[in-house]
Amino acid sequence: MYARLVGEEIAYRAEGPLLFLERSLDVGLNEAVEVEGADGSVRLGRIAALDLESVTVEMLDDSAGLALSGTRVRFLGEPLRFHVGPGLLGRIFDGVGKPLDGGPPLAAARAYRVDGHPIKPSAREAPDQYLETGFSAIDLMNSLVRGQKLPIFSGGGLPHDRIAVDIARNARLPDEESESGEFAIVFAGIGIPHDSAEFFREEMEKSGALARTVLFLNLASDSSAQRLLTPRFALTAAEYLAFAEGKHVLVILTDLTNYCEALREVSASRGEIPSRKGYPGYLYSDLATLYERAGRIRGLLGSVTQLPILTMPNDDITHPIPDLTGYITEGQIVLDRDLHRRAHYPPIRLLPSLSRLMKDGTGRGRTHADHPALAAQLYATYSQARQARVLASVVGEDGLSERDRRLLRFGDAFERDLLAQGDAVRTLEEGMDIGWRLLRELPPGELHRLDDRQIHEHLR
Amino acid sequence: MSRASAIWVSGPVMRARPEGSFQLRESVTVGERRLLGEVIRIARDEITVQLYEDTSGLRPGVLVEGTGRPLSVRLGPGILSRIFDGLLRPIGDPSDPYVQPGLCRIEPQRFHFEPGVRVGDRVSPGGSIGTLSNGTALDLRCLIPPGHPPGEVVEILDAGRYLDDEPLCRLRADDGSPHAVTMSHEWPVRVPRPVAARLPSDQPMLTGQRLIDCLFPVARGGTGAIPGGFGTGKTVLLETVAKWCDADLIVYVGCGERGNEMAGLLAEFSELEDPRTGRPLMERTLVIANTSNMPVSAREASIYTGITVAEYFRDQGLAVTLMADSTSRWAEALREVSGRLGELPGEGGYPAYLSSRLADFYERAARVRTLGGDLGSVTLLGAVSPPSGDFSEPVTTHTKRYVGCLWGLDAKRAQARFYPAINPLNSYSLVAERLARWWHTQGCTRWQELRSRFLTLLEEESRLERMARIIGRDAMPARQRALLICAQLVNEGFLRQSAFSENDRYASPERQAVMMRLIGSFLEGTERLLDAGIAPERIAEDPVYRRLTRMGEEIPDGDWDAFAAIDRELTAVVRRLIDAGRESGEGVGDSRDGTDAM
Ligand SMILES: Nc1ncnc2c1ncn2[C@@H]1O[C@H](COP(=O)(O)OP(=O)(O)OP(=O)(O)O)[C@@H](O)[C@H]1O
Ligand SMILES: [Mg+2]
Repeated sequence: MYARLVGEEIAYRAEGPLLFLERSLDVGLNEAVEVEGADGSVRLGRIAALDLESVTVEMLDDSAGLALSGTRVRFLGEPLRFHVGPGLLGRIFDGVGKPLDGGPPLAAARAYRVDGHPIKPSAREAPDQYLETGFSAIDLMNSLVRGQKLPIFSGGGLPHDRIAVDIARNARLPDEESESGEFAIVFAGIGIPHDSAEFFREEMEKSGALARTVLFLNLASDSSAQRLLTPRFALTAAEYLAFAEGKHVLVILTDLTNYCEALREVSASRGEIPSRKGYPGYLYSDLATLYERAGRIRGLLGSVTQLPILTMPNDDITHPIPDLTGYITEGQIVLDRDLHRRAHYPPIRLLPSLSRLMKDGTGRGRTHADHPALAAQLYATYSQARQARVLASVVGEDGLSERDRRLLRFGDAFERDLLAQGDAVRTLEEGMDIGWRLLRELPPGELHRLDDRQIHEHLR
Repeated sequence: MSRASAIWVSGPVMRARPEGSFQLRESVTVGERRLLGEVIRIARDEITVQLYEDTSGLRPGVLVEGTGRPLSVRLGPGILSRIFDGLLRPIGDPSDPYVQPGLCRIEPQRFHFEPGVRVGDRVSPGGSIGTLSNGTALDLRCLIPPGHPPGEVVEILDAGRYLDDEPLCRLRADDGSPHAVTMSHEWPVRVPRPVAARLPSDQPMLTGQRLIDCLFPVARGGTGAIPGGFGTGKTVLLETVAKWCDADLIVYVGCGERGNEMAGLLAEFSELEDPRTGRPLMERTLVIANTSNMPVSAREASIYTGITVAEYFRDQGLAVTLMADSTSRWAEALREVSGRLGELPGEGGYPAYLSSRLADFYERAARVRTLGGDLGSVTLLGAVSPPSGDFSEPVTTHTKRYVGCLWGLDAKRAQARFYPAINPLNSYSLVAERLARWWHTQGCTRWQELRSRFLTLLEEESRLERMARIIGRDAMPARQRALLICAQLVNEGFLRQSAFSENDRYASPERQAVMMRLIGSFLEGTERLLDAGIAPERIAEDPVYRRLTRMGEEIPDGDWDAFAAIDRELTAVVRRLIDAGRESGEGVGDSRDGTDAM
């Protein structure tokens, strides 16, 4: 398959994640190596630097226990690849693509570079097809579009695991397309505790979602270097499903914060100069190499949609992880502690949430002609309702004008009836009906985002 | 050319042992795939090279070849309407959807040439020897490159189709040396192209966005920056301006941003028509895309590539507008490169020369008399993406020192879906006074007066809003309530302008002027109601108010009758309210008015 050159007894120094070898073979930068210890254990590595005499290998597995003597190094002669093929769906892997489910090895039809290649902007097809998640706060208000990357900004203790599983279970293509069975999920747990991993695995099996899913589980106890590979393996699987098998793939990655922590750790161990909060200066570019792998390619059928989940340290949206993510992704869904406390599920805070590609994937011929205007009006009114609530907290409800009191009522009903939906799975149409009903309580003259026809048709 | 052999490689940096001499910033190619790089440090027996692309597979012993000149791009008629990476390498080839490292040049193409000089004519650098057409609405000139010696035409080809690297004209310089002129020529990207003179600018670059053209206008050949946190609308604003502004040519630099945005832009620009020529917008556009996942060092170069291309078209006598989205990603690339060189980091980790680099960049915007004697301009608009949306960071603060206009985007406005989310209280235009003359000569004689009224109103509004939040709106005196109503109309009916609304994505200067006047009439009408003691809410509740708020969305450009109808309705409503007030004895009796008028 590919050239494997073996060097024995060439390691002369080990330091942190780095292993130094004598340069006895002609190898190139960034190529993969397998380091086999005297005990037979095999660790993955990557060539990070080369000079005339030596090769510096960066270990992608925990280097503890590695000895210099008795180590064999296999040079793979090319960058790290993931061998993928039919039968990927329904399988469970660890963070670097080794089966965890006791199943047979994959029938490897293709070997893809896990780092991928940047898609030419001119070869991309602009995303414009709607994808339903089952949550009105997303489908109606911040629609997800196939080929988009839309992260969920969560916080410690918020129910993002449940949201992830619900979306994996309920996400679907619109009715006219759903028969074709061309929808798939790639779900990657990155640096997650054992319990969460079990939860994901059980939920997926129980609901039957596993059959259309590829699951990658990188545990908190796995090495940091592996954590950096997990989303890359997952995205490689997604690209195969999308662009070789023509499927529409939704990639759920959780938790990207663990990924960034691992990056910070690895960067520190390389002795690099840290930037904001100790994260490396290239955090933006590094995250971009993951997020930018979402998209569609002109002339090919499938799509890769990303729903990365991250927990904001201290709920701080200005922290470098959510901040740099927001600068790369096409919008964000923000979770809210207050709504969660009031047992609203999903606790999505609407005002800072945004789907930037919504305009391209909704409206006439995509969802419903009046969907964008309805969402815009609900947004505008809800934002006024939030202001009214702030005012009420200062002057008291009694001090409010009739208009503000009306807004206040709207805001409560909106959160209770539309945003919160508990275990129910809602279609876009059901969500829209609720939206129109809520707007009926307001004087049409205040609805500046609707035109006269829309008011007449839906609100009379 | 000089050669060197690699002795150390790591990431995008390599060291090599030279045979022959290299210069700092010399452009080099590396290995069989001819990866592009730049010499960033020289020692006696070692050079350090930074590569612009993925270096997987490089190894010691690889050959480094010098090119003898700094990073340069090839400028000519073949670059229009196309998409390139940050080093002006075409990336439009559909056969492979992925960016592959390695050199790829634009294949020479044929264009029609029409000679404009005769044997014996004297020509000088920057002058033209004829016209070139590439089948689009824009005819280009065949320029003698700046820096070329002046001389006499000794041979010139007849009209016809020629390859863009074929000599069209032979010159004899004054010292007797022979020279050939082709359609295309190379130019080093970090060197500004010379001009005969920089000229003051008294004309606006019209963007079709009311908030910009009427409140914070930018001059032709001027500069503007758009700082804003993520999702506040920088890209949409730049793209909207790229679509509708009155430039002859757009250079759009996607510097470290999203691939999908670039794809959307390409798709849209191929479909949309230039309202002035009726041709696809893409024909007047050139896209440089170095998305966030493409190599960082090429991102650093992309800004210079873009401005060099813009200057080339400026030298053709065109009004060019360059959009850079986002200059912060460029600054970050600068920071990364500087870090690799081991330079001492300054503020925010950026190198100490960040400020002078920004100044150099914005200085390249100008309205000029070209070497060939034409008028041309480059207007520069840059997005700035401050970390955490905090404008006190180095890139934003330094940018502010060099730009003529600042359009500060506001997360609160964006969250309320108020677009464009430019916060008028956090924006400025240093040239507004100067450009007022232009509006006045166009017949919008109240431009300056209304502009300052709107601005005052918005400023007052923010003060009163704070008060309203404490005591409640109803408890405020009528005049203050009126002010809030007027300010709301300025915001909702004038400043708000959706980039996705068929009617409103673009507003011609005539339409802007009409709307401005209408809002002015409303302000005056409200004033009269107040004088008559009528509660200002009366007019806000009247349907005419809703029609004013929605006029941008609903009345297309050119439908002046519809605007006139609203104007008449407004006058009638004001009269009716005053009359009704007089009869019912309301008005003067409204207790909340009283003494504390403004
Ligand atoms: N003028 C506008 N009209 C209508 N919608 C707009 C306008 N400006 C912005 N928006 C909305 O806001 C979203 C975000 O805008 P945009 O992509 O321009 O943000 P940005 O400032 O470039 O963010 P980033 O820094 O992350 O690139 C858009 O997808 C669109 O939905
Ligand atoms: Mg942007």
